[in-house]
Order: sequence, then structure tokens, then C-alpha cells
Amino acid sequence: MNITLTVNGETVTADVLPRTHLVDFLREHLELTGSHLGCEHGVCGACTIRLDGAIVRGCLVLAVQADGGVVETIEGLSDSGEIADLQAAFIARNALQCGFCTPGMLMAAQDLLLHNATPTREEIREHISGNYCRCTGYQAIVDAVETTAKQRARAQ
Amino acid sequence: MSLSPTDLPNSYIGRTVPRPNLARLTEGRGLYVSDLTLPRMVHVAFLRSPYAHAEIRSIDTSAAENMPGVVRIVTGEQMQAFCTPWVGVLAHLKGLKSAPQHPMAVGRVRWQGEPVVAVLATSRALAEDAAEHILVDYSELPAVVDVLAALDPSKPVIHDGLGDNLAFERRLDAGHVDAAFAEADHVIEQSFTFGRHTGVTLEARSIVADWNKAEARLTVHLGTQAPHMMQNIIAMHLGLEEPQVRILCHDVGGSFGIKVHVYADDMAVAALARMAGRPVKYVADRLESFVADIHARDHVVHGRIAVKNSGEITAFEIDDLTGIGPYSMYPRTSAVEANQIVNLVGGQYACPNYRARARVVFQNKAMMSQYRGVGHPIATSVTEGLVDLAAARIGMDPLEIRRRNLVADDAYPCASASGLRFEAMSHHASLNKLLGMMDYAGLRTEQAALRAKGIYRGIGFASFIEITNPGPAFYGVGGARISAQDGAAVRLDATGAVIVQSSITEQGQGSEAVIAQVTATAMGVPLDRVRVILGDTDNTPYGGGTWASRGAGIGGEAAWQAGRALRSNILTLAGTILQARPETLDIRAGVVVDAEDGRERLPLSELARIAYFRPDTLPCDFQSELMATRHFVPREYPFAFTNGIQASYLEVDTDTGFTRLLRHWVVEDCGTVINPQLVDEQIRGGVVQGLGAALFEHCQYDAQGQMINANMADYLVPMAGEMPDIDVAHVVSPTLESVIGAKGAGEAGTAGAAACVVNAVNDALSPFWVVISEIPMTPALILRALGRG
Repeated sequence: MNITLTVNGETVTADVLPRTHLVDFLREHLELTGSHLGCEHGVCGACTIRLDGAIVRGCLVLAVQADGGVVETIEGLSDSGEIADLQAAFIARNALQCGFCTPGMLMAAQDLLLHNATPTREEIREHISGNYCRCTGYQAIVDAVETTAKQRARAQ
Repeated sequence: MSLSPTDLPNSYIGRTVPRPNLARLTEGRGLYVSDLTLPRMVHVAFLRSPYAHAEIRSIDTSAAENMPGVVRIVTGEQMQAFCTPWVGVLAHLKGLKSAPQHPMAVGRVRWQGEPVVAVLATSRALAEDAAEHILVDYSELPAVVDVLAALDPSKPVIHDGLGDNLAFERRLDAGHVDAAFAEADHVIEQSFTFGRHTGVTLEARSIVADWNKAEARLTVHLGTQAPHMMQNIIAMHLGLEEPQVRILCHDVGGSFGIKVHVYADDMAVAALARMAGRPVKYVADRLESFVADIHARDHVVHGRIAVKNSGEITAFEIDDLTGIGPYSMYPRTSAVEANQIVNLVGGQYACPNYRARARVVFQNKAMMSQYRGVGHPIATSVTEGLVDLAAARIGMDPLEIRRRNLVADDAYPCASASGLRFEAMSHHASLNKLLGMMDYAGLRTEQAALRAKGIYRGIGFASFIEITNPGPAFYGVGGARISAQDGAAVRLDATGAVIVQSSITEQGQGSEAVIAQVTATAMGVPLDRVRVILGDTDNTPYGGGTWASRGAGIGGEAAWQAGRALRSNILTLAGTILQARPETLDIRAGVVVDAEDGRERLPLSELARIAYFRPDTLPCDFQSELMATRHFVPREYPFAFTNGIQASYLEVDTDTGFTRLLRHWVVEDCGTVINPQLVDEQIRGGVVQGLGAALFEHCQYDAQGQMINANMADYLVPMAGEMPDIDVAHVVSPTLESVIGAKGAGEAGTAGAAACVVNAVNDALSPFWVVISEIPMTPALILRALGRG
């Protein structure tokens, strides 16, 4: 099937099989390998991407469902600088070890901060509870998100 | 205060500095093996056994051969000509037996998930489509699932040639155990059950193997912790010479011991690349990972403790039974965890009387082997569980009984009843530091007040010891070709920048940062002038890799030694250029200076320019050497033991059985702390893996040997919402085996977390007179214990 969508600001037209998942399309057709596959059944959150402004699991959406849509991935958010402060906080706090969950974790964290500028630690923990991290034990991630929220609040 | 040799001007040792590899990982610019695409690459899907135990009567691949995209289909039988089988035994684990294991099943399958047929196709999806059209005629056999059943003579023997299902047995009897039990005021017995769990690395195991016929070389892109070990093993079983195999590690999406082993499917992919003559990629899907990765910790331990009314612990006795699946894992074996448990129980206490037996049995389940903490969580849970039971029996505070029995801080060097040699530990200093962090008295007051309101909170402790920095005693003495030493090659390039090639590997713990910090400090150069290269058998010194908490302590010391050697070479050159005696010079912040007053004499960029481009300006008999290589292995002690203590504060809802973790504290002593932030995060991550074992994680099998929760939705792992904040502090007892004095820190968190949570739950439930000694402590298990299930 032919689909046309916007990916990180660029218009993409492609011929995809109906069964192709959106994240496989991004990784294999567009070589945007920053979105990772951890479970392929919608649990781990490593493939979290933004579709039409809302975060979705790239492994639970078919590429054809994104036809006409606007997709943003970690590559797009990095290049635009939208989450540069959040990324810097992750680095400063060592809020990633192997880094495999990190793109999805950053997408989820940014989604929280867009909807709740001053989340509590409990709210941060709750919001990222759909994103599995095996390395950090989460505390450093919570710290980094909290730090970013405070920095953004001060900058307002 | 005297300064150690690492207390140099601008030292990076002991400083939190950011890891150089993080920026690209946060931007999605990492390169994991699963991201890799090579020209002409094909994908493999494995058809795996649906049965735990069955004969393969026939395999019909004819319908699949004609499916779209199929390149080749290979059975276990056909692969035999390309890859020899292996046997996972080591000579020093006396009596350990196992059977030859093939990359894919030949004739008989012995666990659900064993690879049976490989399908190569132009995409993974097409390979999976074709695999569905392969007909395998199985004749199901009775499965041996339960560990106790494995030793029942009426049950099937999994490998006919081995006679029975007992893979390994070890006994130990130290001191005067019978007399100690006879003379004790109290003897307490308890059985402890540990649920099998697994690593669940977020990136599943991934491999791309590329046979280049023209070069007669196999390049294997593999997320492994031990590249040189894999080079040796792949070469050996594929009939190649070691130089014909190159192992390349890129970014690795979590490992925790899961990726230190030799997996049948990985070996099959290496063989398939050779058979197909083109790159072959395999990425385990999550459903496969649960039945194809190693599991760990499937143990039932019966324990006894002898105690005096004074609180003196006079004897420990344990009997451990563990099931490891149908084969002992290769090449590190599946007997090490049980062996560690025998070694470690009671090791933190000054108790000379100790008896142990461990039995390791085969069963028709996924294979079990070393995973983060190897044996430590079991040994700590049994030891600390028994100590709490003893304290409760004699009416003593759990901290007080520990104070009275932990090995004294001034007792070192000394040895445990099991013969472990301890260089320096700090149990009492750690306990005191923990008390300073947690306000124990205040928590007890709060606990009592809340209990009156029907809220049940508990406080639990676990002291532990941890094996780190292993030398050849782990594997080399048993005949495994796994390097005990590591190396570093450090060179100054023509701009004065430094490149370090190290034989340790990075899986997220910060190896790259630690090597850079140590090298920068040893040489006296700014950290951002150091670039680290890891994980490539063509381009790093030969070494062991990163496992068993050895990267910083062994690989870090090699980098220190190499950095100091290169510094010495640089000062010799600088002395020649400056016509000064080298010993009057130093390198600080990348500049050669007068050691006396710090006056700048020569930037390294200028020194390097002269060395590389204008050697004609140097004396004819002088040759500069701007590269140095050093190796290191600890010599005096087979292992560097670390120690620590953890505490947990939690609340149990006695109506629902849910446990809410409120706070967790850790004090540990890993010797010199190279990067405080990285060490603390290793501890926190390790604790959370231990908390997963305590409360959630369990590979559940039915009576037929089917894993019934082999997916991420049903196999529960800790998520952010359930985890507490974890306070971490350190006591520092450096090892004197090395200059930097670092011991390992990767497994301390996992070693004690489950033990102190179980003790805290039992403390919370003490008004109900129940003792829980089984993990994971699910709500259902807690309600059953309370008689409400």
C-alpha cells in the first residue's frame, strides 16, 4: 500500500506491506534506528514515538495507520533541539546506562512535561511506568526529569 | 594524611564526570547490533521446540523451501558438519558432568524453546512465514520439570549416557558443626525457595555474522561481555583458527551476565553465515528471549543455624538443590551458582562451623547459568534469613545480633569457614554508616505507632559479601580459555590526544568513562583529550572483558599502568627536547611542566609534533615511543571481596497482600571509588534487579515444562512507579593488589536487596507469627501465608 506521511518534518511516500508496523517502517525503510524494539508487544515502551502530537508505541501501530499523519522520533526531537535540556539532564545525572530504553524514555518524559510542567516525583514515576529500564533502577531518570521541569519553570 | 599515588593534581579518580558515550545514546545515534544492516544480509528465524522433551521423528521442510524470500533451510542434523558440539564442564568443578550440546537439536529436544530448524530469508518476516510451513513430527516424552523429581530414579534420565540427572554435587564440612549444634541454646531450621528468573535485557540477544570467503574470515557483530572468549569458541567449533574470527561489540542494550554465555542459536548463526557465505542476522524476539536466554536462581535451600542466648552464632548448615535445565551452560558451566552459594553462606560472620551440600540437577527447562550476582542473592537470603530467625528466637534486635557476629573490621586478613580469603572489609563501619543514614530508632517508633492503627510496616537488613576482581581461579584453572588478565594500550597521537584500547567491554556500566578517567589521571591530561576503544578483538589487547565485577578493578588498573608507562616515555622525550632530567618534569593538564613549580615547558601537542614530524631534530640515538601497553591480573588473592549492608523499609497491606517499598538504603565498600555517580548508579540498578526478584520476577512452568508467562506482559519486572528512592553511601577499603585500589561494584546491589526485603516483610508481619521464605513474594503468596489466600 502507498502511504504518505511526515516524518521529522520531511514528507515521505512509501510502498509498505499492510502488516508492517510503524516502528519497523521507521527503522528498516527510513533507517531511523533510534526507536528501539524491546518487546514488540506493547509493554516495554522502547519504541515510543510521537504520532500527531501524542505518544504511541511504534510496535502497536501499523505504518498504514500513519498515512497522512505526522510522526516525530528521537532523531527529530534531537535535531530540532526540543529536548536538548532534557537530554543534557539525562547525561549529567547518568540517567541512562545501556541507553536502549532512553529514546522511548525521553519521548515519554517530554510528553509528561508538555502536559504537566511541574510534576511531582510520584507523577514522574507514574508517567514513565510504561517504559521499562533494566539498568538504572529509575531514580536517576526521575531526578533528571524533575531537574528539567524545575529548569523550565525557572526559565518561564 | 598521606596521599595515594592516584592523588595527583587534576586527578579524575574519585570525581563524577559524564560518560563520553551518552550524548549519542540520548539522541538515538547509538549502534546496537539490532540496528546493523550489511550488504547482502539475510535474516534467520528459528523454529523452536514446542515440547520440553520429545524425540524428533522427522522434519519436512519441502513446503517452506518454496516460500517467498527463502534462501536456505537448515536442520540440526545438517548443521553438524559445520559446527562441532560442546560440553559445559570445567576441571576444577570436580565431578561436574554434562552432555554434548549442538547448535540445534539433533534427534531429541530437551527444552521448550530449543532451536530445531533455521530458516534463512531476505527478511525476518519472510523467514517466520516459511518457518510456519515446516512440519516437525515429534514424539513427546515425559518431562523432568521439578528439581526434586529430577533425582527420582523412576523419572526419565535426560541424557541416556550420563546415567542419572545429577550434574554436580559438592560437600563442605568446616569446624565442628555437630558439636556446635549440640551445644547451641537454639537451633532454627528453615527452607528457602527461590523463583527462577531471568535477565530481560531490554535489547534482546542480537548477532550479525559475516563470512567473507575471499578473506576466509568471519566477522561477528555481537553484544557480548567477553569478546576474546567468543573468538576462541566460535573459531574452535567452526573449525577455524582464532585469527580468522573477529568479534566486534557495538553498543549493547543491557547484559547483566545474560550476554556472557555461548548460546546455541548464536553458534548456529555463526555456522549459517559460513554455510550461506553472506551476512546473517538474528535478533531474538522477546518471546524467544524468555525461553532461550539463560535463567538463574532456581534453588531450594534448607538451612539451619545454631545460636547461643548471648547472640553468638555458632554454626550454619545448608543443603541446596538447584535445577539447571538439560545442559550445563558453555563454557562457564551451570554449577558455578551452587558452588558460590556453598562458598558464600555465613561468610560475613565470624563463625567457624559450617557444613554445606549443593546438588545441581538436569531438568527439561530453559538452561540456567550465571546472571548478575551469581549465587550471592541466594547465599545472602539464606544467611540473613537464618540470622533474623535466630534473633527473633532469642529476642534480640536484628542489628544487635549482626553487631555481635559480623567479622571485626580489624580482623583482616582472615578467611571464612569455607576457605575464602579476605584482604580487607568493613562490616561494622558499614553498619554504623547505615544507621547514620536511616534513623533506625525513629523508624521503629513510627512502625509501632502505625501498627496500632492496623498499618504494617517492616524494617529489614542484609549484610553481604561480594566476590569481585576474579583472577584465574574462576575459570582459567578449570581449563576455560577465558583471560583472567586484561590489557590496555595507550598512545599519544600527533596532536597530543590520547587513545586507549582496552580489553574490557561496555554494556552501560560506564567502562568507557572509567578507562578514560584512569588514563587521563595516570598521564596528566585533560579528560576530553582521551578517546577509548573497546570491544574489538582486532583492535584491543587480549583480555577477559567485563563480567564478575572486574572491569574497573582489573581493566582499570591495566589502563593506569599503561598510562603511567606512556607518561614515563613522554617525559623521557620531553627531557631530550628540553635538555632537562625527566624526573624534574611532570605532565599536568596536557602540558609538560617543571615538577617543582608547575611552570609550563612544552604542550603535548608540540611534543607530539616534534616526535612524529621532526624526529630529525632529536639526537640520532634517540627513538621516541609514544605508545605503551600493560596488562594486569591480581596475584595475591584469587578474588577481591567487597562487603556492604542494605536496609529496606516497606509496608504490607494485609488485606490485599501488596507490598509497598518506601525506602531502601545501601552502604557498600568497593575500595577506591573511581566515579562516585557511576558506582552509585550500579548499586541502584543492582538493587532494583534484586527487588524484582523479591517481589515480581518468576519464570513460571507448568508440569509439562512449558513456560507459561514467557512474555513481557505476564513476566513482571520492576517499573518506576513501584520502586523506591535508594540512598547509597560508601566505606572505602582499597585493595592493595593494585595502585588504584578499586574493587568491583556491579553486583552488590543485587546481592542483598531481596534478602533485606524478605526480612522487612517478615518484620512487618511479625504480629501474625508468619515467616515467608519464598520469593517472589507475590500478593497471593503473602495472603496465603496470612491464611487469607
